[in-house]
Amino acid sequence: MTHRYIPNTGDDIRRMLDAIGVSSVDDLFAPVPADVRLRRDLKIPAAMSEPDLMKHLQDLACENADCGRAAVFLGGGIYRHFAPSFIDQLLLRSEFYTAYTPYQPEIAQGTLQAIFEFQTMVCQLTRMDLANASMYDGSTAMTEAALMATRLTRRDRVVVARNVHPQYRQVLATYTQNLGVTIVEVGFTGEGGVDLQALARLADGAAAIVFQYPNYFGVVEDPRPIVEVAHRAGALAVATVTEPLALALLQPPGAFGVDIVAAELQSFGIPPSYGGPYCGVIAATEKCMRQMPGRLVGMAKDTEGRDGFVLTLSTREQHIRREKATSNICTNSGLMALCAAMFMASYGKRGLPALARLNFDKAHHAAGTIAAAASASGVRPRFGAPFFNEFVLGGFGDAFQVQKGLLEDGFMAGVPLGRDYPELADAMLLCVTEMNPAGQIDGLASAIAKRAALAST
Amino acid sequence: MTDPRDRLIFEKSHEGRRAYSVPAQDVPATPMTGSLPADLVREEIEDFPELSENNLVRHFTRLSTWNYGVDTGMYPLGSCTMKYNPKVNEAAARLPGFGELHPLAPECAAQGALQVMYELQGLLGEITGLPSVTLQPAAGAHGELTGMMMIRKRLEDRDGRPRSLVLIPDSAHGTNPSSAHFCGYDVREIRSGPQGNVSTDALSEAMTEDVAALMLTNPNTLGMFEDEIVKAAGIVHAKGGLVYCDGANMNALVGKARPGDFGVDVMHLNLHKTFSTPHGGGGPGSGPVVSTREMYPYLPAPVVVKEGDAFRLDSDRPKSIGRVKAFQGNFGMLVRAYAYIRALGPDGLRATAENAVLNANYVRVKLRRRYDVPYDRVNMHEVVLSDHRQNAHDVTTLDIAKRLIDFGFHPPTIYFPLVVHGAIMVEPTESEGVDELDRFVDAMLAIADEAERDPDLLKRAPTTTRRSRFDEAAAARKPVLRWKKA
Repeated sequence: MTHRYIPNTGDDIRRMLDAIGVSSVDDLFAPVPADVRLRRDLKIPAAMSEPDLMKHLQDLACENADCGRAAVFLGGGIYRHFAPSFIDQLLLRSEFYTAYTPYQPEIAQGTLQAIFEFQTMVCQLTRMDLANASMYDGSTAMTEAALMATRLTRRDRVVVARNVHPQYRQVLATYTQNLGVTIVEVGFTGEGGVDLQALARLADGAAAIVFQYPNYFGVVEDPRPIVEVAHRAGALAVATVTEPLALALLQPPGAFGVDIVAAELQSFGIPPSYGGPYCGVIAATEKCMRQMPGRLVGMAKDTEGRDGFVLTLSTREQHIRREKATSNICTNSGLMALCAAMFMASYGKRGLPALARLNFDKAHHAAGTIAAAASASGVRPRFGAPFFNEFVLGGFGDAFQVQKGLLEDGFMAGVPLGRDYPELADAMLLCVTEMNPAGQIDGLASAIAKRAALAST
Repeated sequence: MTDPRDRLIFEKSHEGRRAYSVPAQDVPATPMTGSLPADLVREEIEDFPELSENNLVRHFTRLSTWNYGVDTGMYPLGSCTMKYNPKVNEAAARLPGFGELHPLAPECAAQGALQVMYELQGLLGEITGLPSVTLQPAAGAHGELTGMMMIRKRLEDRDGRPRSLVLIPDSAHGTNPSSAHFCGYDVREIRSGPQGNVSTDALSEAMTEDVAALMLTNPNTLGMFEDEIVKAAGIVHAKGGLVYCDGANMNALVGKARPGDFGVDVMHLNLHKTFSTPHGGGGPGSGPVVSTREMYPYLPAPVVVKEGDAFRLDSDRPKSIGRVKAFQGNFGMLVRAYAYIRALGPDGLRATAENAVLNANYVRVKLRRRYDVPYDRVNMHEVVLSDHRQNAHDVTTLDIAKRLIDFGFHPPTIYFPLVVHGAIMVEPTESEGVDELDRFVDAMLAIADEAERDPDLLKRAPTTTRRSRFDEAAAARKPVLRWKKA
């Protein structure tokens, strides 16, 4: 019986076998030695019709507490923002999503121009000279940025701040373990910022100083002293950004002399989707261009002298340079970059700052409301430093227990920090965006007050 | 004069236009002064676009029409498996319970998602015969790096030293040597034998106790099954090395043979090839790694485990290579691949491999009269032609590829594998029926005629597209990588 995804019928197959001059399809598998051929059915469930399949998937999806039903105050690298409806409808234009990497520019100008516009908007947002066509995600972008710095400086020590996303630091450690690159971590102060004195001691001989802006605790710290320490030591300053919306309100890394920016652009219209796909990107100064990993789209002229776009500087890449390439990356996050480009363009010059400001207002209102409601139980902001849309609350006793309790109350709220920072076991990271209405914020404040009181008795 | 509709989004920007709306301000505004240091506050995002919503929709819709996708027509890009991307997969990944689920949601609130991952681990393990599975890598090359790190860790754990070399056939994808390099290994190339396969003699010679792994693609990039794979794996294993398989070509084997049964220790799968998730114009992909039982301790953390009726992420893995990506992998792609496998079942998956192989062989026999087929014997899911005969008329592979565009087809992969001069690598996939293959064959035959009769026609191709061939060398000499206000 034919399957709905496979057009050839039994008659077609017989006609084709005749043309080839063999008597059965199995004859075509003759090069596979008989003793390694699979002589049985795969032990997997039988085929499903589309309606049965969809019902099955809906049942599984309903096992999850999606953000439509629970009040979600989770950030920690992935943020909930409203994406205008047109974005997903355009992402479903199959000319975009069913295309391959644009190796044939004459029939891929749509993808290529969109990525060129993406690269430009990333440069404008970060105020850097150039940006690549995307990386897998923020964690791998940061890691590749650090490796890029080791090549540019010919040094093999990377200093990374402990207030950089813990999972990002884990990825950096994994990638570098076999490359003779040493990773040194620098701690944070009581205000949640990088310990600058420790940094000054550790910076000597470093290829890169990697910090996060705003940092994992949501703290907005002044990048200038960090960049200064880096440059004085001959190291490159690498800024990681996990909440790029903040750059609509804050001076961009490029304003402070940062050399490389590694960002996660999930905030820009990409659904949380339990881990991906997301959109990493690296932006950098001109002098870093030849060491940039991944694809770059550039302008070109066709034989008639008309402007268009091509993949360029590919001699950096694995399909040309093989083991001497700047990275092994091939497939990146093209469609997610298109998504981020459409998001950036839709909010645009005025809307992105407006959205950022609303996030700022909501988060500050929430921090104040929660502190007022729960301070009697000892709950208070852990760091007094400036923040954007995320902040750390301490004083919970066991933050994991409080998180569980809040879930029972209908709030998916707060990333407990104890697993990654034992000294912050009583603390959780909360995120408030434009997706959290005032009523939800008030509800969360009461629930936290109640749970914190329970925990402290 | 350029059509104004062709301009860049920045050139279409119009001060004061807007496409956005933000929720009502239902909380008091927080004064910036005192909350943020004044010198950290940004004035504006210079030159960022300003357009209305319908302006944007027209702009991006217009761009989409300049693209060619699998839904546009046949896309026989060798080694890329450009098969049909089922639409139900898109609907599945967008279910709010999947799409809106935050990756840091507590496990008890993510049981459905964890179940999809757990079951997909099992399905991929059964399909490949390699039961230790990680879904974390974001693409094929990421999977290669992950798999090679696992091999390194395994050898360190077993022998106390990781060894220093990786053997890679000359027909391999460029990502292979690059991934091995980023895992701290030196690469030694092995020449293909006269039949296009790995020569076990050359392998025996190169295989020493300093070789960590053989990294090979099977079927290889010539579309040939490595028929001496069992012997080759034996040679590697006898010296204590491991066998890594690049799974880019797994579409030829699903339901027909399992890499775990022919000596492979570790391999990656490209869900965006074999398992129908869309390529997205260059990603996102997903590159799970499957491996033998002995490799289980080295998988990246976390893996999804089942305890009783509950699923959880197990991060307590002391021998793990570590984490290769933040969060749980490209979950949206995992949902799509899961939906695909469940839609096909064992019969459908087997039919997939059979039709993919049948289609590629049909193209070979139909084209061999007019095109050089360097390895003209039964092939698997793809066939490699060369431009050898057309060279006599000064026509090259590039000309043939570009002319195919005028006939309404996406060109095959060209100039790869490197071991064939002027390679034209055709992978029709199972998604094409014989009628569409005939149309492709007719186009290729017509081009062979044109090459003899009117080579200039091919040199000028494509002529039906909105842009003709580009001067890529000039573009690379003076790279313009972004727009700037004039």
